[in-house]
Amino acid sequence: MGYNIGTRLIEDFLARSNMGRCADFREVGEVVAKVGFKSFLNITPNVTHGAQPPASSPTRTSMPPPQVNAPGASFTLTFDENPLAEFVELPEEALEGGLWFSNVLCGVLRGALEMVQMQVTATFISDVLRGDEATEIRVTLVKYLEEEVPVGDD
Amino acid sequence: MAIFGLWVINKAGGLVYERSFGDGLPHLTSNEYLVLAGTLHGIHAITSRLSPTGSSSGAHVISGETFKMNILLTATGTKFVLLTSLVEPSADSVLQKVYEIYADAVMKNPFHTPEMPIRSEGFDTRIVALLG
Repeated sequence: MGYNIGTRLIEDFLARSNMGRCADFREVGEVVAKVGFKSFLNITPNVTHGAQPPASSPTRTSMPPPQVNAPGASFTLTFDENPLAEFVELPEEALEGGLWFSNVLCGVLRGALEMVQMQVTATFISDVLRGDEATEIRVTLVKYLEEEVPVGDD
Repeated sequence: MAIFGLWVINKAGGLVYERSFGDGLPHLTSNEYLVLAGTLHGIHAITSRLSPTGSSSGAHVISGETFKMNILLTATGTKFVLLTSLVEPSADSVLQKVYEIYADAVMKNPFHTPEMPIRSEGFDTRIVALLG
């Protein structure tokens, strides 16, 4: 559900915000948090950028330079307030059944970023509705999608 | 200072919307419009590879003797093409407004399938109000 919203929302966002392409994934995280969420939900989640992707060789002693664009890069959004969950209390069955109430937000992030050629996974780490301390979503870059030009007919 | 026509081309190169204003352009059949749009899409892709200064997003303005074409390429691959007379200074801002109307009327329409031809009265009305 969120995915469908996301694929359409990105056009609205780009039309109004007039932003160009982000230079790297770190900037994507910043823009999503500070411009995107602000303009649509009027909240500004905190962004923390994730660890670099694991080094390919386990024997390497020094950390490789931060690969901000490599698949595996991630950022985490921490929400102080969640307008979707403002007046919500989850019943027992939902808590036990593992329901993430605002999962539509993950879908929106996935759909929107896919339309700008980034395949990501967005998952909830913790949710205030389930009794955790804060609401957090982690967005991880799977890969950049190369523009697939469809095979021409002539 | 006149706007002759507006085309919207999806990221696969197919024409999803076409409208002519006034009588500056000769009337073409819808098939011809489709072919022209596909050709333009291909040319745009080629020009993005030809840039001498590294990565580029493709042709922005193509001008002829009596008219010019402004092309707005969005980050999602949709192209908005505005055909105007040579002396139109505000083509870019017009294209930006068209993009906003597209985001409002087309994207938020739950009955519209993305990348499919646009059949929306709201979009038509607003485009005519803006450009007609």
